[in-house]
Amino acid sequence: MPNSVAAATPRPLSLWRRVTDWGATGFAILAAILVLVPLLAIFVYLVVKGFGSINWAFLTQTPKPPGEVGGGMANGIVGTGLILAVASVIGVPLGIGSGIYLAEYGRNRFGDVIRFTADVLNGVPSIVIGITVYSLIVVQQKHFSAFSGGVALGIMMIPTVARATEEMLLMVPNVIREAAYGLGIPRWRTTLSITLRTASAGVITGCMLAFARVAGETAPLLFTAFGNQFWNLKLNQPTAALSLQVFTYAISPYDDWHKQAWAGALILILLIVGAVAAVRIVTARGRLKGA
Amino acid sequence: MGVGIEVRSLKAWYGKNESLHGIDMTVPANHVTAVIGPSGCGKSTFVRCLNRMHETIPEAYAEGSVKVGEMDVYGDGSDPVEVRRRIGMVFQKPNPFPTMSIFDNVAAGLKLNGFRNRKQLNELVERSLTLAALWDEVKDHLHKKSGASLSGGQQQRLCIARALAVEPEVLLMDEPASALDPISTSKIEELIFQLKQHYTVVIVTHNMQQAARVAELTGFFLMGNLIEYDKTEKIFTTPADKRTEDYVTGRFG
Repeated sequence: MPNSVAAATPRPLSLWRRVTDWGATGFAILAAILVLVPLLAIFVYLVVKGFGSINWAFLTQTPKPPGEVGGGMANGIVGTGLILAVASVIGVPLGIGSGIYLAEYGRNRFGDVIRFTADVLNGVPSIVIGITVYSLIVVQQKHFSAFSGGVALGIMMIPTVARATEEMLLMVPNVIREAAYGLGIPRWRTTLSITLRTASAGVITGCMLAFARVAGETAPLLFTAFGNQFWNLKLNQPTAALSLQVFTYAISPYDDWHKQAWAGALILILLIVGAVAAVRIVTARGRLKGA
Repeated sequence: MGVGIEVRSLKAWYGKNESLHGIDMTVPANHVTAVIGPSGCGKSTFVRCLNRMHETIPEAYAEGSVKVGEMDVYGDGSDPVEVRRRIGMVFQKPNPFPTMSIFDNVAAGLKLNGFRNRKQLNELVERSLTLAALWDEVKDHLHKKSGASLSGGQQQRLCIARALAVEPEVLLMDEPASALDPISTSKIEELIFQLKQHYTVVIVTHNMQQAARVAELTGFFLMGNLIEYDKTEKIFTTPADKRTEDYVTGRFG
């Protein structure tokens, strides 16, 4: 049966097809490498430049007066944590809340307006948000504060969290909502305990993206949190932040400060990676087989 | 125990499109009643009107009277959430909650309505899974496995258990076996036969053999009207209406 044999043995690919195959694969690999290079370069450079300056004093002490060697950024690390906590308390619930509205109730004109506003807000330069918060909160209260810095970063988180939440909720099939309604579960309960829960992995990713993005922001903190050479744990006082301190130290004339700026940048990155990883580990713990 | 259903001049719309033109039907308690008819005849819309699921679709609404036992489904002050708690529903495609364990799937209807008694919850989950003939297959990994990890047939029985756990009086099934293989289908059919001891069952089906196997009464729908409603045997052997005869003998639809 010569026919079936012929069908079973594939004809060798033409030269042109092999060339385009290699070409396309090669291009994809090259693109992947090109994306990784700057990322790795930044990280390696930060480690090389900054790792040497990280020591116990750096992690536990406040800055020394200008010109003196030593001291650390402990207040900046704590301040960044404080500001990000405020930002998350504002950005995550408001973002998730508006995302829920957009996905579950906002299939209308008003929803379109909010969607458009969120996209515009996403594109507003961070320094503009800083100025706005400065005039709305700092000027009114007559002092810089961790709170105002957190508000500025929180506002920046809202559109990212909202749109991510919306997209993830829309991916939950409608039959899941119907199943819940069919059990006599009210709509608000269905949204919170069924739909949002089904989409939770994606919503958490959206929150982490927003968090990581604002964690390193400097511009909106310049005239809100302002920075501080000393310890501060009060929300209504000027507060140090790693990003601000890196900025101040990097443009200073002192060699020791330059080194500390590198170390501060490295710590900032590690803190972000650590926070994202921690959330991932905690949320993955409850995952079920086959979910 | 199940209760009977009285449907009087039930009309349903999708926007401006009237898809049910005044249905009158009396479904006896603790019986299995099948609803058959060609695609688009309104049979799914009909059962979805019985527990007010129809109106969850944007722009869909219904008019008329549906009485389930003493409950006036479309009466003034009737709460659709309460209606659905008492009239359970199983859908065409198995739709377990994917991020919940098997246990939580079955317990969902109770838990999310504020039921907190852990011991009773355990008992109800076991009872519902047993009734749905799934207990033996899943009892060893109730809390470890997701509802979505089960096979299609098991998922559908899980959905039945989930509907039974809230202890409804009526169970509506919208083509519950159409996405399943023959073995799973026969398990579901056996189950339906058992369920009528405790519940009134209304089942929509595309499959006429299935209607003949499980149902005592059968209603034939065509283009939004109930053409004929009688004992299943009569519908399939000596139907009164020519259109019913054409359909059950496979001449159209």
